[in-house]
Amino acid sequence: MDLFLQQCVNALQWGSFYALIALGYTLVYGVLRLINFAHGDVFMVGAYISFFASTFFLSPDGPSLSRELALALTVPCSVILTSGVGVTLERIAYRPLRRKGAHRLYVVITALMCGLVLENGNLALLGASRKALPDLLEKHNYVIGPVMVTNLKLWVIFVALLVFVILHAVVSRTRIGMAMRAVSWDKFALPLMGIPLDKVIVFTFMLGSGIAGLGGMLFAMSYPVLDPYMGAMTGWKAFIAAVVGGIGDIRGAFVGGFLLAFVEIMVAAFLPSTFRDLFAFSILLLILWKRPTGMFGLPITTKI
Amino acid sequence: MRGHTLNIIFALTGLALIWSAHAGLLDNYVLTVLMFMGINVIFASSLNLVNGYMGEFSCGHAGFMCVGAYVGSLLSMALFTNSKLFGDALLPPELALPLFPLVLVAAGFAAAAFGLLVALPSFHTRDDYLAIITIAANYIIISIIENIDAIGGPRGLFGMKKTINAMGDFINAPWMFIWVVLITFVSVMILYRLVTSTCGKGIPAVCQNEVAAEIMGVNTNKVKIMAFMVSSGLAGVAGALYAHVYGYVNAQAFNILKSTEGLVMVYLGGMGSLSGVVIAAIAFTLLVEGLRFVIPFVNDLTHSLGLLPAGFEISQVWKWVIIPMILILLMQFRPEGLLGNRELTHVFPGLKKWITFK
Repeated sequence: MDLFLQQCVNALQWGSFYALIALGYTLVYGVLRLINFAHGDVFMVGAYISFFASTFFLSPDGPSLSRELALALTVPCSVILTSGVGVTLERIAYRPLRRKGAHRLYVVITALMCGLVLENGNLALLGASRKALPDLLEKHNYVIGPVMVTNLKLWVIFVALLVFVILHAVVSRTRIGMAMRAVSWDKFALPLMGIPLDKVIVFTFMLGSGIAGLGGMLFAMSYPVLDPYMGAMTGWKAFIAAVVGGIGDIRGAFVGGFLLAFVEIMVAAFLPSTFRDLFAFSILLLILWKRPTGMFGLPITTKI
Repeated sequence: MRGHTLNIIFALTGLALIWSAHAGLLDNYVLTVLMFMGINVIFASSLNLVNGYMGEFSCGHAGFMCVGAYVGSLLSMALFTNSKLFGDALLPPELALPLFPLVLVAAGFAAAAFGLLVALPSFHTRDDYLAIITIAANYIIISIIENIDAIGGPRGLFGMKKTINAMGDFINAPWMFIWVVLITFVSVMILYRLVTSTCGKGIPAVCQNEVAAEIMGVNTNKVKIMAFMVSSGLAGVAGALYAHVYGYVNAQAFNILKSTEGLVMVYLGGMGSLSGVVIAAIAFTLLVEGLRFVIPFVNDLTHSLGLLPAGFEISQVWKWVIIPMILILLMQFRPEGLLGNRELTHVFPGLKKWITFK
């Protein structure tokens, strides 16, 4: 029982990462109906950016700031730069295709290839030596009953919740959120209503990639060894989480992330850990078979 | 006569290749590249059946190749070789030669059975969701194989090369090469006959409009099962050949990266164009092997010109930056691929005098 509770906390932390990445997938999908397969690698880029930013801020011959200040500066730095990466991808790879009215499939393949370019380009430029993020947060352990949590874990879970609440408010309450929902309804009528389509899409990519950057930084702080392929597998899993929740729905992505993490952690805790992927993907397969649009997704209408 | 030109050309090319291999005109490296070319042709053209003709987006094709590779190598090890895993050979090694095609067929059927993993959900699901199912199927297959410790698990499996050596002891000939050439032609023929047959015309019909196809009397579920099973079965055959060429299989060799390779070949050649995909598979293999030589050359050149700092080497990893880059550019400027959905004879009508190809 104690083990179970402890694993629940771990699952919450692990699920926060999935949820943070899945939110980016679902935002872009909800607006453009595009699976942005490069998103997992944007997450990886976010982790690397936070590594370079924090080592720069802490370096003795650079600014050599205190740890707290470095942390406070690294967060906006990685969020802004990562969202820049996402917007660049949209600008140079997806937008020309969209302008030409290319089939959705071509955009998906471009996204897949952009992801490969990002991860292999990273490997080719920075080499295979693994990088470790410097300690930015002094670690404290809290013991609550049978469960031990670190302050970092609490921060991760808190940040994921906060991002979800803010994002939900942005999408459902603000004008730009309304415009985003409008794009997903009808992309052709939108410019006629005087809504700038490209700006809305750029904003969506900014939001999604910024969240991935934040997630990447938190991931790098929790598991401080970075490698170029870390985004690929985590990204696929987060994508599954988004689909399980019903892709295109923010609540779905959030719940799906925690659900997937819970299953994975419990399988790894009570069964041989090599079964983790098998269970995660089999559950996905079953859910999609029985309920093809996920938990929160609406049934799709087929054209006649 | 015109209808047979293509077959004759194929037969002559195949015979010429096999003869030059037997006479020792081709060295081992060239032979290996040619064999991988054949395997890539089977892999890509079978993927083309689903991604091109049927218009679905399957991105887990390598999983079926993995099933074929394992089943094929396990069978050939159990039947023809003395191995630690199965003990003594069940059949005398002289039978390896006539029975090897059966091993390949069995590998194909096993992979086709796993194709059902994707085919059955495809009744309700389309597009993006089906793409995810194929990815999941790929991971599930790899994960299952890695968890069976008896067949090597994550360490991989080796020992099937002995079957090929046994064939060589029986009659001295480059048997592996002969099998690859033969099976490649047979697979391309199967696909060609399938998509030009009345039954196979249902596959593009599902691509164009599933509901309309159903109304016109096409049993779409049957068509989907057929397309997925034929496609994954041929991928399984390709996998079995791959295992025997390498002499070693590892489940991780068939991960999503391998599937992406297949996608690159299909979209390079053009969706729904058999000749285009065959050409693309050949070109892609040449490109990958060519970059192996070009990259060190570029590295030396830039260093001797002093363009790069001394500590920075251009490594082979750049290959996997350049290849996706090519595809991105292709999608921007010619998204339909080399030939689009047309065949060679439509692009060059002059060829129609010599060959017929629908």
